[in-house]
Amino acid sequence: MARISSPAELEELRKAILSKRDPNKRCITLCSGSACHASSSEEVAVSIEEEIKKQGLSGEVDFRKTGCHGFCERGPIIVIHPEEICYLQIEPKDVPEIVSQTIKENKVIERLLYTDPSTNEKIIHESEIPFYKNQQRLVFGSNGNVDPKSIDDYLALGGYSALAKALSRMTCEQVLDEVKKSKLRGRGGGGFPAGRKWEESRNAPGEIKYVIVNADEGDPGAYMDRSLLEGNPHSILEGLTIGAYAVGSHEGYIYVRQEYPLAVENVTIAIRKAVEYGFLGKNILGSGFDFNIKVHQGAGAFVCGESSALMTALEGRAGEPRPKYIHTAVKGLWDRPSVLNNVETWANVPLIINKGADWFTQIGTERSKGTKIFSLVGKINHTGLVEVPMGMPLKDIIYKIGGGIPGGRRFKAVQTGGPSGGCIPEELLDLEVGFDELTKAGSMMGSGGMIVMDEDTCMVDVSRYFLDFLTDESCGKCAPCREGIRQMLKILTNITKGKGKEGDIELLDELSEVARDASLCALGKSAPNPFLSTLRYFRDEYEAHIREKRCPAFSCKELIAYYIDPDKCKACMMCLRECPSEAIEGGKNQIHVIDQDKCTKCGTCFEVCPPRFGAAKKISGEPVPSPIPVEARIIVRKSKEK
Amino acid sequence: MLPPKVKEQAVDYGEKKIRTEAMDNDKIDQIIDKHGCEASSLIQVLLEIQSENHWLPKEVLEKVSKRLQVPLTRIQHIATFYKAFSLVPKGRHEIHICMGTACHVRGAPRVLDTVQNMIGIKPGETDLDLKFSLETVNCLGCCALGPVMEVDGKHHGRMAPAMTADVLRNCD
Repeated sequence: MARISSPAELEELRKAILSKRDPNKRCITLCSGSACHASSSEEVAVSIEEEIKKQGLSGEVDFRKTGCHGFCERGPIIVIHPEEICYLQIEPKDVPEIVSQTIKENKVIERLLYTDPSTNEKIIHESEIPFYKNQQRLVFGSNGNVDPKSIDDYLALGGYSALAKALSRMTCEQVLDEVKKSKLRGRGGGGFPAGRKWEESRNAPGEIKYVIVNADEGDPGAYMDRSLLEGNPHSILEGLTIGAYAVGSHEGYIYVRQEYPLAVENVTIAIRKAVEYGFLGKNILGSGFDFNIKVHQGAGAFVCGESSALMTALEGRAGEPRPKYIHTAVKGLWDRPSVLNNVETWANVPLIINKGADWFTQIGTERSKGTKIFSLVGKINHTGLVEVPMGMPLKDIIYKIGGGIPGGRRFKAVQTGGPSGGCIPEELLDLEVGFDELTKAGSMMGSGGMIVMDEDTCMVDVSRYFLDFLTDESCGKCAPCREGIRQMLKILTNITKGKGKEGDIELLDELSEVARDASLCALGKSAPNPFLSTLRYFRDEYEAHIREKRCPAFSCKELIAYYIDPDKCKACMMCLRECPSEAIEGGKNQIHVIDQDKCTKCGTCFEVCPPRFGAAKKISGEPVPSPIPVEARIIVRKSKEK
Repeated sequence: MLPPKVKEQAVDYGEKKIRTEAMDNDKIDQIIDKHGCEASSLIQVLLEIQSENHWLPKEVLEKVSKRLQVPLTRIQHIATFYKAFSLVPKGRHEIHICMGTACHVRGAPRVLDTVQNMIGIKPGETDLDLKFSLETVNCLGCCALGPVMEVDGKHHGRMAPAMTADVLRNCD
């Protein structure tokens, strides 16, 4: 492959690629993102390849392993183009039928389709499934159509045209102006305007400047950056190169967690291909602009998602943040001007350059423009990655796209913003998502994790969970964070264990204030958020734990007990057999009784007890009734009386 | 049920030679040279050794220190700061339990408790027979499958306490 040396050559190549592709030719795309991988999409891929050969269809049908389609709950997912037939939860045994029926005979296989739970109607096309229908997938949409390892796939969808436009028809200032005008705000959490950051770096003194992709996605429950990087790495490379051109940088870094091996692999291949084709390296597309990208793997430290800590880690040292009186945009990596943006922010850049800032600002709200990808997880029917325009009400995301709460349980709260964010209760579900709106509600946008919680989730435990996470992840450099969070965790742990006392809430409040005002970086400053927001909306739960030693959600282990109601137990042996700690006494025709000393409160008995009996119960805040005497435990069946 | 193991922080790496012999000097040199023998590549070098050898023996760190001209104290700082590194040998089976928020609300703590009870070690530890190592991780990114347990790289989704026992019984 000779390097492409001008925008005209790029267009020729694109034409050549497209001329070889028949839009009407059958193409099977299979989601091979990490989540589907975990539900064995690799085995499905092998059997699709075999089956195509076996049924003599080689050459007649294309097969493409793509990045994440987003609907992770129902993976592995197959979409057959051009009809866009969408099959869910595919197993290798379904493949022969798909090839012989759908590919050969044009018949749709009903049982593999999505069933609308409200109407029981089968939905054939991907875009008509409610999960997809209500989204606006600008950044994430191509994920399901390109093989991340193939640069031609990206080019076929118009890839690198934004780069060609920027380099050949725009000056650096014009690119910068366009991004500023688009009001694009950083998608990593803070929501700082990207254009302003770029300008600051551009104007900062120094010849050598850096642009960096922050792919150290550490928020538990958030995985959109990984899916973008895995599924469409070229869009990020293109955005980064455009940014480098605007800022005047010739060296870029991608800081990606080593826990994301597929993302590392795909982005490394993408860089190699881009260099080969001439989208990276010297004299890109004949413009005289040089730019190179290196991949740096993070070794597992949450704090490295913070800009100054990330840059210290890039230098090969322990990633500890520093005070930022001088922005990293001015003095960052090796004390040189460095622009750091999140994966999703960079992926938005080619769109803005291609379609213009005016188009971009039409989407979203007054102060939050464009779309945002959320990872909708937790107690929700349709777990997955969703991309919606800013300003969509939370309620629509959770119910229209997410399909509500499973098992008929009641919604309690949605947690956004990861460990720095907070919980938003039911009464605020009409809130429109946007940077400022979420902050006002005591949470934040963060990188886009959206964890739905139902009535079984204890809010005190959630705040304890996040503080536990942060205690572990605090780098230990400044005392308010290192010591403050630890003390908060200690108090919260006591509360969840029933050792809370009056005055704990006030003390936690005071500690929160110090951590917020005096910590060095955002990790410590925002650490009290999970506590403060849960206290704001769920104070009664804290009080029940402290005063009544009761967990209203029946979740805190030390405050609950499992108990089998002797009047309801039918001695079916289910719990007795399944109990991993052998804590259940009883036998055939003998009412089962839990030995509270042996019980580890794992909840297995509660789960396996048939709903029609409903004998296993959780109790909290009251003593466990004493077991009934052994002689009263015999059940005499009516059939035996006869 | 598996026999309970003595709770014990993993053995001192001086005594057990598990997996240390696999790491010869040439391999270390190769890794260092690949990264240009620069001090700034320290983390990348250690990551590669970790993935190759599953832990970082003292002799290896000394060698890296000499070649990259980085003081051993700084290497220790890095090896203890980042979670990816282990200064003790790992068991034959590495168990990772996802403690991400999505898994947490779906019952990951109960899964962790059951595993701890079964194999008798806490997160970060390896049992005396070097059979199991247990770690918790912050998010495996398979939130749709939560709670998730990963054993030797294979994901087991939608775990319930009783199911973990079956998975672990199949490890020898």
